[in-house]
Amino acid sequence: MTKTNILPFFKISFSYTIFYLLLLVILPISYLVFHATQLDLNDFISSVTNDRVLAAYQLTITVALGAAIINIILGLLISWTLVRYDFFGKSILEMFVDLPLALPTAIAGLILATIYSPGGAFGKILSKLGIQVAFTNLGILMALILVGLPLAVRTLEPIIREIDSDVESAAYGLGASGLQVFLRVYLPGFMPSIISAFSICFARALSEYGAVIFIASNIPKESEIVSMLIYSKIEQFDYNEATAIALVMLLLSFFILWAINAYAKRWII
Amino acid sequence: MKKYFVTLTYLIIIVCFMIPILSLFAIALSEGFDVYWQAIKHEEALEAIRLSIIIALIAVPINLVFGIGASWCIAKFDFPGKSMLTALIDLPFAISPVISGFIFLTIFGMDSVLGSWLASHGIQFIFAIPAIVIATMFITLPFIARELIPLMQEHGNEEEEAAIALGASGIKTFWYITLPNIKWGILYGILISLSRAFGEFGAVSVVSGHIRGKTTSIPMHVEILYNEYNYVAAFSVASVLAILAIITMILKNSLLSVKNVDLEKSQ
Repeated sequence: MTKTNILPFFKISFSYTIFYLLLLVILPISYLVFHATQLDLNDFISSVTNDRVLAAYQLTITVALGAAIINIILGLLISWTLVRYDFFGKSILEMFVDLPLALPTAIAGLILATIYSPGGAFGKILSKLGIQVAFTNLGILMALILVGLPLAVRTLEPIIREIDSDVESAAYGLGASGLQVFLRVYLPGFMPSIISAFSICFARALSEYGAVIFIASNIPKESEIVSMLIYSKIEQFDYNEATAIALVMLLLSFFILWAINAYAKRWII
Repeated sequence: MKKYFVTLTYLIIIVCFMIPILSLFAIALSEGFDVYWQAIKHEEALEAIRLSIIIALIAVPINLVFGIGASWCIAKFDFPGKSMLTALIDLPFAISPVISGFIFLTIFGMDSVLGSWLASHGIQFIFAIPAIVIATMFITLPFIARELIPLMQEHGNEEEEAAIALGASGIKTFWYITLPNIKWGILYGILISLSRAFGEFGAVSVVSGHIRGKTTSIPMHVEILYNEYNYVAAFSVASVLAILAIITMILKNSLLSVKNVDLEKSQ
């Protein structure tokens, strides 16, 4: 501590925080890691490198990356509009953007599976165009976009609010085009927020379960995400394989979390 | 420019958010209000709602105490390892809920040391309410703390330091200085935790054992109905959670405007 802090309750609040985290987060996760070290190394390697698991990792990472990129683009557009413009119905739109934060993801998944199924409201129109969303990997992508979009919007909004209008008008005054101003003036300043929004959406998409499983067809090696694979291993009482796959996923989540914390000032939930 | 941005934003939000949520209510009410009400009043649905309420009423208050304590020490004090601590609080949000549930399944399952000890003492932990509560506590752990940390940081320490320097007790300082500044954050944190606790699906379905009418929470009951192709009933019960989510967000947005008014007044 650099200067003396006269505020009370540090010891009690700090020790309680540590105690609670130890009990609920640190010890349980350590137990899983410990459990994984008890596995036979060859079994472990074969459980995390067989075709089905690799296909699941590949699919999960690909759709999560795709969803995170799309969320950044849509998130920039939406947060730009919500911050910079006043228009009719803005407060209602703001409420709807936040809704998936409070709506259980499984419910969101069920709705999407229903409206995008060939008989549903969107499914009917799309199937006439020859596009099928429900029970395809496009459906998984849709679900992940829906879950991540509020996170992207809420992470990007503060930085757009902080834009220095002097710099902006100076750039225009010096004859820059709209695109040039965006690329040269805004984008560099936005980059830290974009990266943290990207990581948050990516982390969320990697671990999403409820929103995905109803709209996915969950066929092994084709449309099975890692969470679903772990779930089916658990249902078959194949706890050792589930532990091994879960550990690899955990390490990936740790890494992303570390990257977010190294980069972002704060994480908006 | 404005025209295009506003139109596109409207389009995205209508397609991604509005139509899905409105279709939920449209399907739920498609066979009339009586059928809708019957699905919610159904015995198993009521059991699921009751179970979810019990879970939330245990998990959320415990996380509220944790959230206030954690945000106090993180926002008001400097200590080594603070960013580690913050990352740990975020962790449950970044882990797949299936893995979260599985962690508690391996700890309290029948073939673990703790699980068999509990079972031999006649305590039903896994596939029962205690395990569901623990899993829900884990999932909802970050929300209140994450809401309060930035709020407390924004306000700084000056007001509290002044109160302490003038001789106020720690409790009084917290009650009269800190609490008024964070009360809306606390309320929103409680609401979002409640929504999450009611709606947690992945982790709960791993530890619950799917005992129909006993360990099925609201989203699991919805899943059962959906898998039986009883879409109207499934969405009727789901609408309970959707209404809760909508109330949370309306309150959040009105709380934000109240907060802004407060800020303007104080300036």
